Amino acid sequence: MTRLAELAESRELLANLTLRELRGRYKRSVLGWGWSLLNPLTAIATYWVVFGVFLKVEPPVGHPSGLHNYALFLVCALLPWTFFQSAVESSPETLISNGNLIKKVYFPREILVISASTSILVTFLVESTVLLVLLLIAGNMVLPWIPVLILLIAIEYLLVLGLALILSVCNVYFRDVKHFVSLALRILFYAVPVVYPVTLVPEHKTILGIDLPLRTLYQINPLVPLVDCFRSVLYDLRFPDLGQLAYVTGWAVALLALGWWVFSRLEPRLAEEV
Amino acid sequence: MSAAVGVTDVSKRYRLYHERNQSLKASVMRGRRAKYEEFWALRDVSLEVPEGTAFGLIGENGSGKSTLLKCMARILRPDSGRIATEGKVSALLELGAGFHPELSGRENVYLNGSILGLGKRELRSRFDDIVGFAGLEQFIDAPVKNYSSGMYVRLGFSVAINVDPDILLIDEVLAVGDAEFQRRCGDKFAELRSQGKTIVIVTHALSTVKEMCDGAALLEHGHLIEVGDAHDVVDRYLGDVFAPADGAGATTASNVERVELLDAAGRPASGLRTGDPVTLRFHYAIPDTLHEPVLSASIHHLDGLEVARPSVRVEAAGGPRGCVDLHIERFPLLSGTYDVTAALTSAGAPIGVPDRAHALRITVDRGADADSHGVVALDGRWETVTNEVAP
Repeated sequence: MTRLAELAESRELLANLTLRELRGRYKRSVLGWGWSLLNPLTAIATYWVVFGVFLKVEPPVGHPSGLHNYALFLVCALLPWTFFQSAVESSPETLISNGNLIKKVYFPREILVISASTSILVTFLVESTVLLVLLLIAGNMVLPWIPVLILLIAIEYLLVLGLALILSVCNVYFRDVKHFVSLALRILFYAVPVVYPVTLVPEHKTILGIDLPLRTLYQINPLVPLVDCFRSVLYDLRFPDLGQLAYVTGWAVALLALGWWVFSRLEPRLAEEV
Repeated sequence: MSAAVGVTDVSKRYRLYHERNQSLKASVMRGRRAKYEEFWALRDVSLEVPEGTAFGLIGENGSGKSTLLKCMARILRPDSGRIATEGKVSALLELGAGFHPELSGRENVYLNGSILGLGKRELRSRFDDIVGFAGLEQFIDAPVKNYSSGMYVRLGFSVAINVDPDILLIDEVLAVGDAEFQRRCGDKFAELRSQGKTIVIVTHALSTVKEMCDGAALLEHGHLIEVGDAHDVVDRYLGDVFAPADGAGATTASNVERVELLDAAGRPASGLRTGDPVTLRFHYAIPDTLHEPVLSASIHHLDGLEVARPSVRVEAAGGPRGCVDLHIERFPLLSGTYDVTAALTSAGAPIGVPDRAHALRITVDRGADADSHGVVALDGRWETVTNEVAP
């Protein structure tokens, strides 16, 4: 595993490239880092008004926390979703926008993908800290659950990384990948229980005379149990369902392995194709 | 001496796309990705760069020399063959690659340094050297997008050179910066060489190769033509490029029909040695349109340097054709290959660039007492000063 050894040697490069992403992102904007908080806040406000106030989605009562608040119910899932969405959406461009670097300098190319995902992870961590404060103000004692939260974030990070590795390298060869991804993400947002609770998805539904176990199909998507796990920890204050946790972890590991494999296969000719 | 870079049977193939639309629709319609032709940029190239030497890769554009350098730098992966490198490799293919325009010079030094493989601690200890070498102490906290292109390149070079590689790969980047910066680069390279580092350089500046390099390789259409001593390889390349149309005694264009080299006895000669007595004989035909004709001969070193341009008034006595000799008692040029061209012009008219394709090529061998470096033998006389007056 010389590639892994090489990757380990490039730790500092990873740190520096991540810093480049973070520093460069809001350079010369007046609000600077304020934007990384303003963006999710705007989304939260919008969804809260539309789904919480207009459509009156009824949030479940947190068990055992007893919390009953649509805005917090929303945010506990919206933040992990936003992390997933921003990391996956930007991943197809990662290698192409660094084409000049790829053509002129040798270093393990995975570093570019990892640093891009990591810089978005950092934003997610900042947002999560703010969320923890909000939950504490609302009376949810989340502090003991922080280790579990970190575990969940780590699992999601691996999942995102696997996808980003695949999408970034595929987009170099097929530039449609980028457009496909942004389309898929738009649908996926509503296929994950972010703005509504899972209980609103019917168990069974008859479509064209065929009885479909809709809820089960719905839960194949690993993001569904993932978001559920985040809610268990943050909103309900209980340990996530072990079956769900194992399922999501399985996906994350499988995607990462697949991503690594695809990337290794397509990486040698990157400097010519990018 | 072991090899710092060992290239064994390396081939590299590029794909030339006819239509480069990388879309799924196009590939589905065609049933595959895109039509392309294969093109071999390198074909079975094998060579060794000995440790601690400077090595030049030369050849025309498209000969594959840059591809070979990129393969050595691991940016491109050969389709077959192997490249083994001994030690830390740093490639200077583009200076300041990876600079982020919005970040300051300082931040970019750290970023670029780590891209090139320097650790944070090493960078911190060399930071002042890097900035000092680039001469950018004043501007180091300004964003690099406000730098002039010269400053940008200087900073990039300074970082790259301070990576302290065992093997430095350079692609045509020496030709940047002002004269002062170039001088410092030259010093830096000399320093690296004296430290026993290996340098591989791709360039069109053949005089640089002769000056700086010990060995060189000549590539043509992806094939290795010659590898060996830098002087020999460069001369071989120049000989190919400026090959005379036919052999010795070639005709020249522009009214001078023939140039001959004669030895002391007046016999045609093909070669000579420094210090020999020789005669250059020019056969010409004066056209009617030319008044007060002047014959100008031009002697070029193979490098392109014009060494001399003697000229003489010629008369159209007894017909337009004539012949004129230039006697040289002690031929002053040192060993090397020279091209002699000549042209007839009106007195005072510009001569223009001699057409070297029609030159007489002469090879000068080393004479008994002549030094081998430089272009001319000064024919001077040394004298030890005994009664030196103190300044």
